Amino acid sequence: MVTSQVTAPVPARRPVWTRPYLLAGILAAWLVLWLIFRGQATLPLGGAELTPLHERIGAAADVIDDSRNENPLFLYFVNYIRLFIDQFVTFVQALISAPSFGRPVPVVGWLGVTGIATAVAVLYANLRVALLTAAGFASFGLLGLWRESMDTLALTLAAVVLSLAVGIPLGVWAGLSDRFERLAGPVLDFMQTMPTFVYLAPLTLFFLIGPASATVATMIYAIPPAIRITSHAIREVPPETVEAGASLGSTPWQLLAKVRLPLAKRTIIVGVNQTIMAALSMATIAALIDAPGLGKTVLKALETLDVGTSFNAGLAIVIMAIVLDRVTSAAGRRVETARRAGRARRPLWRRVQVTAVLAATAVLVYLSHVYVWAAVFPGEAGLGSHVRRAADAASQWAQANLYTYTNALKNVVTYGLLNPFEAVLTGSPWWLVLLVVTAAALVLTTVRVAVVCAACLALLVALGLWQDGMVTLAATLVATVLVMALGVVTGVWMGRDGRADRVIRPILDAGQTMPAFVYLVPILGLFGATRFTAIIAAVVYAAPVAIKLVADGVRGVPVSAVEAATAAGSSPWQVISKVQLPMARRAVALAANQGLIYVLAMVVVGGLVGAGALGYDVVSGFSQLQLRGKGLAAGLAIVVLGTMLAALTKAAARRADAAAHGRL
Amino acid sequence: MTATSPAETSPTAASENPAILDVRGLWKVFGPRAADVPGSPLAELSRAELKERTGCVAAVRDASFSVRRGEVFVVMGLSGSGKSTLVRCLTRLVEPTAGEIVLDGTDIRRAADKQLRDLRRHRFAMVFQHFGLLPHRRVLDNIAYGLEIQGVKKAPRYSRATEMLDLVGLTGYADSYPDQLSGGMQQRVGLARALAGDPEVLFFDEPFSALDPLIRRDMQNEVIRLHREVGKTMVFITHDLGEALRLGDRILVMRDGALVQTGTPDEVVGAPADDYVREFVRDVSRSHVLTLRWIMRPPEAGDALDGPELGPDVVIKEAVPTVLRADRPVRVVADGELLGVVGAAEVLEVIAE
Repeated sequence: MVTSQVTAPVPARRPVWTRPYLLAGILAAWLVLWLIFRGQATLPLGGAELTPLHERIGAAADVIDDSRNENPLFLYFVNYIRLFIDQFVTFVQALISAPSFGRPVPVVGWLGVTGIATAVAVLYANLRVALLTAAGFASFGLLGLWRESMDTLALTLAAVVLSLAVGIPLGVWAGLSDRFERLAGPVLDFMQTMPTFVYLAPLTLFFLIGPASATVATMIYAIPPAIRITSHAIREVPPETVEAGASLGSTPWQLLAKVRLPLAKRTIIVGVNQTIMAALSMATIAALIDAPGLGKTVLKALETLDVGTSFNAGLAIVIMAIVLDRVTSAAGRRVETARRAGRARRPLWRRVQVTAVLAATAVLVYLSHVYVWAAVFPGEAGLGSHVRRAADAASQWAQANLYTYTNALKNVVTYGLLNPFEAVLTGSPWWLVLLVVTAAALVLTTVRVAVVCAACLALLVALGLWQDGMVTLAATLVATVLVMALGVVTGVWMGRDGRADRVIRPILDAGQTMPAFVYLVPILGLFGATRFTAIIAAVVYAAPVAIKLVADGVRGVPVSAVEAATAAGSSPWQVISKVQLPMARRAVALAANQGLIYVLAMVVVGGLVGAGALGYDVVSGFSQLQLRGKGLAAGLAIVVLGTMLAALTKAAARRADAAAHGRL
Repeated sequence: MTATSPAETSPTAASENPAILDVRGLWKVFGPRAADVPGSPLAELSRAELKERTGCVAAVRDASFSVRRGEVFVVMGLSGSGKSTLVRCLTRLVEPTAGEIVLDGTDIRRAADKQLRDLRRHRFAMVFQHFGLLPHRRVLDNIAYGLEIQGVKKAPRYSRATEMLDLVGLTGYADSYPDQLSGGMQQRVGLARALAGDPEVLFFDEPFSALDPLIRRDMQNEVIRLHREVGKTMVFITHDLGEALRLGDRILVMRDGALVQTGTPDEVVGAPADDYVREFVRDVSRSHVLTLRWIMRPPEAGDALDGPELGPDVVIKEAVPTVLRADRPVRVVADGELLGVVGAAEVLEVIAE
């Protein structure tokens, strides 16, 4: 009687074959089978070798090429779009960068462009940003890259104008209509997660190599943030304010123009900022399909391993990114303060100011149109050669003096992580990898995800790029492991220490606004062209996202939970490992997902600096006509890999979420 | 619960006036195939059963009532009772599922878009719980918004808006921005905006629940004053019984989307329609709301019938001094006819509750 009262209900014993054990079992079996079957059925394919599928894809591409002037789809649709965009970009170039209208110089010279940019900054941002803008534009000339900078700017502006012209109306529509939002969501997801390099090649099939393809590629990348943020801005407008407008008898147009858009303006400007940054980043990458500008300078220098020149051009890209970012974000803040405080400045003073600025700008534009000294930047690249030489010297010094450290790091990662991963993945028969991944997916996630994984791997086999795929997968996994290590350590530090957060966050923000190309230059300078360089570039590209997500997750853990753990006498390490990380595991899982997608986006760039495999296949597909089919297939293979990894990590994140809420 | 005498005939000021707004069989059902619910057997189900059976939520169930010209008509209920949806149905900010809403002979439900806009511009206006002001416009431009979208020229619309600004006591704040004002002042702007179009009916959706208690009392007085000055018909939504009793000529009590009771404040307090309303009004001091009509008794043999005289609509609280001072029962008289008498016993019984 007494005993039965005290005996607690016996907890159901967990079965021995829980997930971790099962997973360990699968991995052990993999290693054993790898030892047995090593080197069999690994489906290698030489660099210049093609499979029948690649040839068929190449032939199909040729058919598309040939039908350009016959097929009605081209004649009445694609060709018109191409012509229109080409004309538009050429027009913007004629204004600021290219000789035009029978003149040896553009319509507006350096003095005029700098004046206009500064005037925009004065009128829409503030004086400090205006000074930064003037200095930034002057530096393009001083670095000896005026023409290239203006080409990039022209391409970026053209793409931004077109992106906003398409994106804002669609965003408003998505903000007003739930049905359209549901429809657009997955499409935008796909546009944003697809590695940018992958769709460059197919685009050239339709729009030819040149400004049109570059602009369309840039738009694909830059439109999603415009649509997303505009829709969000419209939805953010308090419903009661809209009702108030409607209850007074506003027409739908009046509601949009007088209530919704003014209230959404500030957030929409954030969208414009994101669109501009995305466009700039893509406009430099579009150098791969022969887009003119700074990206091309960087790319050429990378191909010849000319660190100085690529650093010089990279610097100009960074300056442009900073200027564009500061002007648009200051403009956004200004809208906000104007709204909050009421127009503090007297309208008369404002009118005088505007008139003066416009008049001064008009004078500068006129001078730059008429006089050569104001049209062509004077002096032959005074600063540029210094920068080039300094960068070269720094690179050489680093390679000579830091060699011990960089080489040690390189060797640890290469021999400790990369080679084992690669050996197991490429050395296993394809059916073994397929079996192992599917089994692991079954254990870790759902049947559906397991089926997706199996299908993706089978598709990789069918594409004839199995071994290249495995090499890329190994590099991607290594990079992701590094990203997550960096992300968790730095993220936890930032999440726990407000001061660290304040110092590190701006650096991460700057890292994210910088176009991907720019990273490559110093890394290449340090490590030379190897697989490791590609991995580091991917890590640098992906780490800011992962770090921020983890930091926000750790910061989001309720203070009361941390206080309770501390009050119970936990050591800092115990607080981290038993409270903060478990409670933030959804954020960590999301960081892994995003980290993977970002790493994968750099695969093609890695192909440029010695990573080989799929990235190299894509790049050589650009440059060699007979490899075009293979390049397209490689692009598809990257998408396939990405789909598989995204599905796996997303499912894992959902599981983590469910576990965190006790639903497992 | 002594007073059970039905006060059907209580002559309030508005009761002689004809109805300005007539609502018949109004339904609002949210959910899949919502239109099938009203008029079908499903309509008889309770809210929870309906939700279980069809996934639909009946926010307003078969509401019928009429609002008389010039009265303050209060709709009262707890959150989730459907009162906000009801008022939105009346202005068609929410499209009703079934029923008719007739404003002065015009069926609002049948109005086409343009006609509906005209109704909203000229015939009725609404004041919102969270004000719904436009933060990027000056106070004056907020008030003038309704006139602006009608295409009224700048000079007349500003002069009208300034008039309204003075009316709600915000003289001098024309150039301020909403964010610079306190909550109470922002709601005054909302009020001025609603009045600017000179509507016949004003709808208030819990206009003062976002304000703190002292300001709330101020604003209630403001509404009473405005009602006296401009004499608009007002439909006032609230969850606050005190507010309902203070402002309402008549009160409609809602629960789970259905009407429970409609009546004057003293009817609701004195003769609750069911236990729900009874529970609701339990803490109200009845002597502040009920009138002599509710406690008078027929004169009995032996009553001295030469006491002081009072009308049947005098609130008990105000009759207390007279009743207690007199040494004989007070006679309740209307139009020279003796309706009954009230003695100290009756008054003390109500007060002692």
